[in-house]
Amino acid sequence: MTSVDAMNKNSQRFLFRFRKNLSMILNYSLLILIALFFLFPIVFMFVNSIKNNETQIIRDMSSIAAFIPHGDLGLKNYFDVFKQMPFGRFMFNSVFIVSSTVFIGLLLNSMIAYALARLRFKGRGFILSFIIALIIIPTEVVVIPLLLMVNRIGWLDSYQVQIVPFIVDAFSIFLFYQFFIGLPKSLDEAAKIDGANPFQVYWKIIVPLSKPVFATVAILQFLFRWGDFLWPLMVTRGYEYRPLPVAIQQFFSQDPKVWGDIFAFASMVTIPSLIIFLLFQKWFLRSVASSGIKG
Amino acid sequence: MISESTNSNTKSLKKNRSSLQKKETFAAWFFCALPLSFLLLFLVTPFIIAFVISFTDQRLITNPNLPTQFIALRNFLRLFNSPSFHQALLNTFIFAVVVVPLQTFLALVLAVLVNQKLRFINLFRTIYFSPVVTTMVVVSIIWYFFYNPGEGLINQMISFISFGKLGPYGWLNDTSLALPAIMVLSIWQGVGFQMVIYLAGLQGIPEELYEAGRVDGANTWQQFWQITIPQLRNTTIFVIISTTILAFKLFTQVWVMTKGGPQGATKTIIVLLYEEGFKMLRVGYASAIGVLFFLIVLAVSLIQRIYLKEERAVT
Repeated sequence: MTSVDAMNKNSQRFLFRFRKNLSMILNYSLLILIALFFLFPIVFMFVNSIKNNETQIIRDMSSIAAFIPHGDLGLKNYFDVFKQMPFGRFMFNSVFIVSSTVFIGLLLNSMIAYALARLRFKGRGFILSFIIALIIIPTEVVVIPLLLMVNRIGWLDSYQVQIVPFIVDAFSIFLFYQFFIGLPKSLDEAAKIDGANPFQVYWKIIVPLSKPVFATVAILQFLFRWGDFLWPLMVTRGYEYRPLPVAIQQFFSQDPKVWGDIFAFASMVTIPSLIIFLLFQKWFLRSVASSGIKG
Repeated sequence: MISESTNSNTKSLKKNRSSLQKKETFAAWFFCALPLSFLLLFLVTPFIIAFVISFTDQRLITNPNLPTQFIALRNFLRLFNSPSFHQALLNTFIFAVVVVPLQTFLALVLAVLVNQKLRFINLFRTIYFSPVVTTMVVVSIIWYFFYNPGEGLINQMISFISFGKLGPYGWLNDTSLALPAIMVLSIWQGVGFQMVIYLAGLQGIPEELYEAGRVDGANTWQQFWQITIPQLRNTTIFVIISTTILAFKLFTQVWVMTKGGPQGATKTIIVLLYEEGFKMLRVGYASAIGVLFFLIVLAVSLIQRIYLKEERAVT
């Protein structure tokens, strides 16, 4: 009897463990399968960017060979891109435009949010609801009149036309405001008693305590601005001020299409943002998560 | 000693209160002045101009012999009677109606999957999110290659799965397949963003609720429907509304891949706005499109407000 009981218990335990392992295997298989779905276009782009032979790219395109680095490999396509286009200029343009927009934006958006969250003055409530109402206006609605405006003042084809209108952003102000309002009021009071003026409170107390929200706004703004397409398409003519997304679209729409070069160009556009993402991966996920906590 | 010093401090504070308040008001306006003027100049002004010129025949480059005229509602009437506007509206709505529920559902499924306590789960989160940091123009170019009408990868995959019975399809050259093709890559690129928002929502649900559920004998499935889904209500409303607004803004993918074709099958509201305003230089007409677009976005957001208010009234 006891031995049968023991056997039963053993087999039950085995069954339990078997089930647990099986569900683990199924779980990981599913996770990996989905990972492949998200990775295959990116892998495909990198692999084909290092295939020197254009006819091989076309020959490989419909089979698994498209994903395997084989044949004549090298950086020929990358050199081709540099020969045909001022790629460095495009990269500089994008980096310069996005980083100026983000950094000046961090300063201005946090300043007004600080005033709204921590200072008492007449008109505070009105300005706050005004800015929250502005969040709803999509850029797409204002691009046409904005084009009319910048055309009048001769800003077409310049850096400032791609930077200045997007520095102050209502949603960024709102994110800063939400964070600042949550900081304990006693901080300002203590600093005020010590004789600090509002500027010192902002710079020496609020800013150092608010690193998380600065990171959030910086990352979200970077994500949105790096991919900007519609506005730069409208306001840039020559290559001088053209940012990467518009540059690669124009490179892509030239016929005949040389796919090796196109993928090399696309890889070079993708690598910087992918590296920044991998370095600050946790911050990216946290920032996106906090963009959703609203209302 | 301490109380004395704080006493004298408060006394001096009271004395200086009005001057302090003045300083504070000055500082506040100093902090607000520049950001506010930027907003007024680059957002509020063009927004008002959009409404004003939508009632005129304003062009980008004005002809001195043909001054801009007030034409009342003629732009809007023309839009309501324009087949290409109907088509753009319809395409945009179809895109939103398909993409929004699908992407929201997939984002939730992915979030539940990556919310498990497993080894390497962070790696999977990173991979699922990586298309979001890949620029949309690049994504469109890669998928354009996959959609090659002859020997493209997608055609080969479909032919392989169906034992050669299906395909090859024309995808981006086919009026009935071009828009669905663009939907697929849009979801592929964007779903990671909503996944992360859902993940935060899932992690915000108190563990006690699940413990209580288990005590009451609810199985995993019941727990999901009766605890997880109701607790994610606000997150879901936010995800749906923000995805809807993004879907209505559809432009980049279309412009890179099809430029609105074939035969207007992928023409969207913003594509039309760009063509009319920028290519045809009909700024007044394009602004009327912009105004209607804004009204749609406003309606969507108002629906969100109403739902959120209901939620607050219930709890």
